[in-house]
Amino acid sequence: MAEPARQIASDGSYPDAGGHFGVFGGKFVSETLMPALEELEAAWRKHLADPGFVARLDSDLAHFVGRPSPLYFAENLSDRAGGARIVLKREDLNHTGAHKINNTVGQALLARAMGKQRVIAETGAGQHGVATATVAARLGQECVVYMGSEDIRRQAVNVYRMKLLGAEVISVDAGSRTLKDALNEAMRDWVTNVDDTFYVLGTVAGPHPYPAMVRDFNAVVGREARGQMLEEYGRLPSALVACVGGGSNAMGLFHPFVEDRKVGMYGVEAAGRGLGGHEHAASLCAGRIGVLHGSRTYLLDDDAGQIRDTHSISAGLDYPGVGPEHAWLKDSGRAQYVGITDEEAMAAFHELTRREGIMPALESAHAVAYGMKLASELGADDIVLVNLSGRGDKDINTVAELEGIEF
Amino acid sequence: MNRIDARFHQLKQKGRPALVPYITAGYPSPDATVAVLHAAVEAGADLLELGMPFSDVMADGPVIQEACARALEQGTHLDEVLAMVAEFRRKDAHTPVILMGYTNPIERRGVARFVEEAAAAGVDGMLIVDCPADEAADLCAALADKDLHQIFLVAPTTTESRLERTAELAGGFVYYVSIKGVTGAATLDTDSLAPAVERIRARMDLPVAVGFGIRTPEQAAATARAADAVVIGSALVQRLGRCERVDEAVRTVHEFLAPIRQAMDNNAPSHDQKQTLSA
Repeated sequence: MAEPARQIASDGSYPDAGGHFGVFGGKFVSETLMPALEELEAAWRKHLADPGFVARLDSDLAHFVGRPSPLYFAENLSDRAGGARIVLKREDLNHTGAHKINNTVGQALLARAMGKQRVIAETGAGQHGVATATVAARLGQECVVYMGSEDIRRQAVNVYRMKLLGAEVISVDAGSRTLKDALNEAMRDWVTNVDDTFYVLGTVAGPHPYPAMVRDFNAVVGREARGQMLEEYGRLPSALVACVGGGSNAMGLFHPFVEDRKVGMYGVEAAGRGLGGHEHAASLCAGRIGVLHGSRTYLLDDDAGQIRDTHSISAGLDYPGVGPEHAWLKDSGRAQYVGITDEEAMAAFHELTRREGIMPALESAHAVAYGMKLASELGADDIVLVNLSGRGDKDINTVAELEGIEF
Repeated sequence: MNRIDARFHQLKQKGRPALVPYITAGYPSPDATVAVLHAAVEAGADLLELGMPFSDVMADGPVIQEACARALEQGTHLDEVLAMVAEFRRKDAHTPVILMGYTNPIERRGVARFVEEAAAAGVDGMLIVDCPADEAADLCAALADKDLHQIFLVAPTTTESRLERTAELAGGFVYYVSIKGVTGAATLDTDSLAPAVERIRARMDLPVAVGFGIRTPEQAAATARAADAVVIGSALVQRLGRCERVDEAVRTVHEFLAPIRQAMDNNAPSHDQKQTLSA
């Protein structure tokens, strides 16, 4: 049985009533969206206090998603790193192959409870789009997914999966043709069709209540992991490691450990071709505070305040902003944020595949790469818990292309 | 007195509804913008909205998104926009100019510094689309310090309590978004307009401008019967996009706005009627 979702409601301390995490977060959206956000927040609070809703969510997480996901001691990888033991939280084993479904199951149930028959989503790597299309198929909801045309090219398999599931995938040709542009377009759809449409946002970014709501739906990952660590290892890990694009898998893992001050937290951003230039997507490592997509957070922009095009080998990390709670964890010093380059992530992809027989998503490979680095700096008594947020099947074409292989 | 207040005061005495065109600064080209602003005034504009290009215009539709992208490619950022306003002011000391844009470029510059520079350039108010009343305290204070107004949007879905919050901070006029959606998306339903405008007037003592979805002289005239000002944006920007030279852009503005102005002015009897009704 999955961890009960009734613990899902946040403890009320963060964010504040306006959705602020310190100076971060908030609701920087057009007035046309404000009532929709207020309606969503009210519904979220109401239904998560409803035992019937919570029971249905718990049941779906257990029987449809396949929770709990196991912890796996990656012994060969640990030997290779030399130092701490590396333990993987196997979110790659979830239905649809990533952590994203924890959130979409929750939001789609919420959409149904609110009487909204149409769900829309933005997607980068396609995992969130697939996860949304999957639950929409099951609940009989009309589903429209916005995806940048560059990402459609990179993630053709996921596009086809969404179509098989009955979703309409709309190609977005504006800007950098990636996740940020898909998010802009989904917001436009929502503001136009707000009466019958629920926007299933896929990460802990965007205007309040999304950062808190998506965190709470994904916090099942951290709650499970914390319980499993105590049960199976008799202790908490020395450090948590998770990749950060918008930051939903990392926040889901981190959140239940925030009060465990001895547990280190490391968010791993995409350093792309290096943090020295602009070909990366590391907003926390190399960005500054600004306002994007409805919240104040760290972001990548130029001196005129225009949002920069980003680069990462992994579509899911290729985003110029980051969830506001991560910005707050960074500034408060509670979490550290580091960068892993395309090259390092690719190396980790191969290491995990060859040594453990587990093929990680390229996003998750960033976390694996840093997990190995960190493990090598720690002692044999330490445990590094890496969130293996997704599986690599979707990335086969990208990997093959890099190696010069044509099918 | 702020030029926006002065202008609405003057218009009220004349019983003339305001025509407020929006153009994106730097579109179709940076050298066209000041000429287009003057042309708009000659064609009957009473106030001007000038869009500050941004890379991620979440609340705008495809027309203004494309205009912003092209203006940015040609290097139109905040400095360039303010220089355009300053140049416009050399020949026009009275027509109010309202800057429209998004938060990030302003925060990057520094809110207080930008407001000071804008005031010096001859700007009269700002409408920052992604800065609703909830997040507006800093910007509002900086604007008030320079006697500039913050213009707020009100939507069909705006609740009474939000209307109240907006009323506390709003100055100049309030901008009623007549349709659900982004700029340029759908067509205005003029029938639902009068009660919506009355709902706003009951909450705040400011002129009400109506925009989003107004494309034709007939729609402008119908809007002018219910509201104090009519905003025309995407329909004008779309036409400007087809202009390759500055003189073409100037002619396009005349040809598009003059019939709209005329249709609004032919409304005069109904406008008097409206005043009688609200008296």
